[in-house]
Amino acid sequence: MHDTAISLIELGAVFFGLGLLGRLAWKIGISPIPLYLLGGLAFGSGGLIPLHGIDEFASLAGEIGVILLLLLLGLEYSANELVTGMRRAWLAGLLDLVLNALPGAAVALLLGWGPVGAIAMAGVTYISSSGIIAKVLGDLGRLGNRETPVVLSILVFEDLAMAVYLPILTALLAGATLMGGLTAVGVSLIVITIVLVIALKFGRYVSMLVDSPEPEVFLLRVLGAALLVAGVASQLQVSAAVGAFLLGIAISGSTAENATKLLEPLRDLFAAMFFVVFGLNTNPTTIPPVLGWAVALAFVTTLTKVATGWFAARQQGIGRMGRARAGAALVARGEFSIVIAGLAVAAGAVEDELAALATAYVLLMAVLGPVAARVVEPVARGLQRKLQPRPA
Amino acid sequence: MNVEVTPLPGLGTRQDFVSRGGRRIGVITYRDGRMEMIVSKQDDTDSCVASIPLTVEESATLATLLGAPQLVTQLEEQNRDISGITTRQLPLAPGSPYDGRTLGDTALRTRTAVSVVAVVRGGTAHPSPRPDFRLSGGDMLVTVGTADGLGKAVEVLETG
Repeated sequence: MHDTAISLIELGAVFFGLGLLGRLAWKIGISPIPLYLLGGLAFGSGGLIPLHGIDEFASLAGEIGVILLLLLLGLEYSANELVTGMRRAWLAGLLDLVLNALPGAAVALLLGWGPVGAIAMAGVTYISSSGIIAKVLGDLGRLGNRETPVVLSILVFEDLAMAVYLPILTALLAGATLMGGLTAVGVSLIVITIVLVIALKFGRYVSMLVDSPEPEVFLLRVLGAALLVAGVASQLQVSAAVGAFLLGIAISGSTAENATKLLEPLRDLFAAMFFVVFGLNTNPTTIPPVLGWAVALAFVTTLTKVATGWFAARQQGIGRMGRARAGAALVARGEFSIVIAGLAVAAGAVEDELAALATAYVLLMAVLGPVAARVVEPVARGLQRKLQPRPA
Repeated sequence: MNVEVTPLPGLGTRQDFVSRGGRRIGVITYRDGRMEMIVSKQDDTDSCVASIPLTVEESATLATLLGAPQLVTQLEEQNRDISGITTRQLPLAPGSPYDGRTLGDTALRTRTAVSVVAVVRGGTAHPSPRPDFRLSGGDMLVTVGTADGLGKAVEVLETG
């Protein structure tokens, strides 16, 4: 009984502290993700005040957090949007993939983390944070801008790429050979195709299966289905997160909207826990040695994302200022970089420094992203003036 | 008029057109039904100078304000040859004594000799409303009558 009391006090303190941090973050106009990570670092092993007794709950909550993050990501898009998004953004999407995955992979190889570490770091630097970006675009009143659909299409492409990438990563982390990896790619491509077809043609039936006019029943069904699918997917080595993502895509229409509304607060709660757990499991003393690399990666991948956005916006005939805005909007990395690093570290197949590097990198990019999106216009205007001096 | 419809994956749809002055004017409709009016900048039409969130009621009112004058102009053109006849749009303010009552209750025809030829609500015109047509605040009454009668009609609608 006594133990329960202490656990409750600790858990309460953590949640309350996160609440304060979250409020602070939005007030100064950045994403709360880096602050949650810092909170985790402070309370983990080697941190300021190590907490014990909530590990079990926290790690399970973190797992659920990942599942909800991906489920809601899937709910956000209809299968139609995924297909048209793919068609519209494939060239820019491929450029995005190459430009932004390479720096991460290169650094991992330089640090001697091997091919598996390289593939994990490639994912960490590649994937933009759709959560941060959507929020920032809304806050800055840029949803009506002409470059915004370009940005959103690239995010759609990235999220689909995640659905292919995560099973491959899971297979590689489980120690599969090259042959095994290729099989995983094949299997995941087939599964995604099947799910897209089901969602396009029979999305109604999947929705009917979970739908209910009673919010309570509906919540239990959706959450239950998500955990079941995620568990089965994880048992089949396809990664729990992808299972949840695909379920999200298959649920469509008003069911998806209602599910999003019901699950959003739950996701925010459990996802916050997930970031804290990631921070808890990272020893802060491992960060300083990789900090230089993190800064270098942040610098390079800021430029590569800006280049991606610039290219994609130019393809759609958008002016220079709009191209700069599209590039800067894509800079933020966040939740999914940590999801990838979390998977890699949990599997134990990569160095512990990977967690440290990913943490430091996301700390930088989650702060830098919103700032870049905000300052891009004045900076671009300043550059323009410098490059084209007025004849005296 | 060429209205461009652009899907915003995960959010909703943007519908806009380019005005003669070179600005993009349009509406973002979110999945959950929220609406936003957008107006692009003059020097950079890719970006917006304003995006104004509107409730369902507000957008209906705005649509009425924008839509009614056109109807009035059309009617005026039709009636130009008949001297002494004027067409005007009269607003029914929310809180007017007739807010929520029927057109027949106003007895406009008997009291002022003014005819209500249409009621514009939420951007749609309801032509030739019957006496049992229920009015509501924010409606725009398109009326035909003498200048004198129209003046009286304004008073009736305001004070009952």
